[in-house]
Amino acid sequence: MSDHNTPVLSTRGLQKTFTIGGSFSRTQVRALGGVDLDIAHGEIVALVGESGSGKSTLARCIARLEQPSAGTFLFEGEDIMATSKRRATREYRSAVQMIFQDPFGSLNPVHRIGHFLERPLRIHGAASGRAAMEQAKRRLMSKVGLPEEMLERYPHELSGGQRQRIAIARALAVNPRLLLADEPTSMLDVSVRIGVLNLMRSLCEEQGISMLYITHDLASARYLADRIVVMFAGEFVEGGDAMELLAHPAHPYTQLLISAVPDPKRTDPFDAVERANLRREVLQPTECRWSGQTAEPCSAEKPVFHRLSEKPQHWVRCGLYAPPPDAPGTALELPDVPEESAAA
Amino acid sequence: MSTPLLEIEDLSVEYVTEARTIRAVDRVSFSIAEREVFGLAGESGCGKSTIANAILRLLRDPAVISGGSIRFAGTDVLALSANDLRAFRWRQVAMVFQSAMNSLNPVLTIGDQIADIFTTHEGVSKKAALVRAGELLDLVGIPRDRLRSYPHQLSGGMRQRVVISMATALRPPLLIMDEPTTALDVVVQQEIMAQIKELQQELGFAILFITHDISLMVELSDRMAIMYAGRFVETAPAKEIFDAPKHPYTRALMNAFPPMTGPRTRLQGLGEGVRFRGIPDLEAVTPTHWVAPSTDADLITEAIA
Repeated sequence: MSDHNTPVLSTRGLQKTFTIGGSFSRTQVRALGGVDLDIAHGEIVALVGESGSGKSTLARCIARLEQPSAGTFLFEGEDIMATSKRRATREYRSAVQMIFQDPFGSLNPVHRIGHFLERPLRIHGAASGRAAMEQAKRRLMSKVGLPEEMLERYPHELSGGQRQRIAIARALAVNPRLLLADEPTSMLDVSVRIGVLNLMRSLCEEQGISMLYITHDLASARYLADRIVVMFAGEFVEGGDAMELLAHPAHPYTQLLISAVPDPKRTDPFDAVERANLRREVLQPTECRWSGQTAEPCSAEKPVFHRLSEKPQHWVRCGLYAPPPDAPGTALELPDVPEESAAA
Repeated sequence: MSTPLLEIEDLSVEYVTEARTIRAVDRVSFSIAEREVFGLAGESGCGKSTIANAILRLLRDPAVISGGSIRFAGTDVLALSANDLRAFRWRQVAMVFQSAMNSLNPVLTIGDQIADIFTTHEGVSKKAALVRAGELLDLVGIPRDRLRSYPHQLSGGMRQRVVISMATALRPPLLIMDEPTTALDVVVQQEIMAQIKELQQELGFAILFITHDISLMVELSDRMAIMYAGRFVETAPAKEIFDAPKHPYTRALMNAFPPMTGPRTRLQGLGEGVRFRGIPDLEAVTPTHWVAPSTDADLITEAIA
């Protein structure tokens, strides 16, 4: 085990390229283009971006469901890719658990709820003997705020929110240190979303579990996360303290994302021209807003990160750099607004 | 503004099975004026979509309209014959369904599908219909050469625009939009909403806008209603509800969405098991603001908060 100063997770230059098309195709799609991410003990980091920006690919690489094409990652200071090249060890699988978006698809309908908790407990040897098993299952149910009687029910008898709580209980069964939650509330009804977010927050606080929370809902990221990292086209564009980043978004892409969140309290209405300019700045950058203001020299060739403030932490990718055109997510269509009116 | 475009009075819809009967919509009344945007908000299962389907007479067994009336521009919708219904749908009231972008036929080009509306409903030639289809695409800012594209060649946002343009094809005075943006990303969602607003101003149709996202609704709607367990609990001008919600359920629903500004505080949301029982009829607080009488104590919390 590591001490509390080493990050739980630390990735360096993590890349993933998919080959698409038929079996003889060589068309490559770059889903992740070199990602550096640290997650501290008990920290909740929100990864935000549009669909296709590579958020889920990153989580799947960390969960070892996908083999990264390049890069390294350390888990509790240990180089995971070096120790077990192809498959993750059972130890790693219990330390890193994933919670999926769809609680309707992730629980096998033919089994009772108890089964879903029993399997991880048995496989990872967290409980042995009938009495210990029963006790462990009941403890898990109370952790996620569900009545014990529900252990005898089938998934279809539960609401979406209750099912997602079961998915969380199942992840907790093996005492994970890192949870990867991929849009865990986006398929839930409004009436239960906050409850699930609150549950995840208190579990992380009480048990010191770290979490990577993947979402495109900025408001929930603000509500839940300590830190936010914004992803676009397989690369990070901005990151830092959650409240700081949302109060002073620096990168045009982050600004574009924030301006898209419906907020009746906003006084300035939607401005198509302004948004068109932001898009152009993201896709076809011509200047960097921070050149000369920070220590790091600007570069159009490689992604340089400018440090805007240390405390609260806040950094942004150099405005001169644009992702390569073959990166996914650059499908962010260029505006229909003609150039002249956009310049006005 | 004298006669409303759509007038619904005491509408009740029941799902009748052998074992029991469930009332999905319970004595609901509202009206929508010409060019007005009326929002309908509530959690899933509260009866929002059932109302939409009732207006278009799309309900199938075991759902039955068990009471009330629906009048559209003076005609009794519930009395329409099958033939009249055919003309009523799409020409008078068109609907954009939830995840409508997946409702396009994957083996027909966009152009063929749009042209189909004109050849079927207006009996024009295929050639003329394709020209009209092109005009429709112009309206939603999609290049005309996309007429030859198949649905899978368009992005989700573009497909949604196509579906919206199709709904406006026959210039219906009322559009029903059932969660038109839920399946889309934030940035695209925002663009679609702007598009809807623009079209509405240009073509002047009224909208019945259904969603669970109150913020989104307040930005678009003139008036809105909050629905719970088949009943209206509050109806008022959208801004008024947002600024001063009166019913505890309205407040709870608004609290289900974390804010983007202000301090970060722990929200309760609605919680599983929080229930109201026996919601009374609406009473006027002001001439435009109606609320079902209740107290916070009516919010019954069961098990999990």
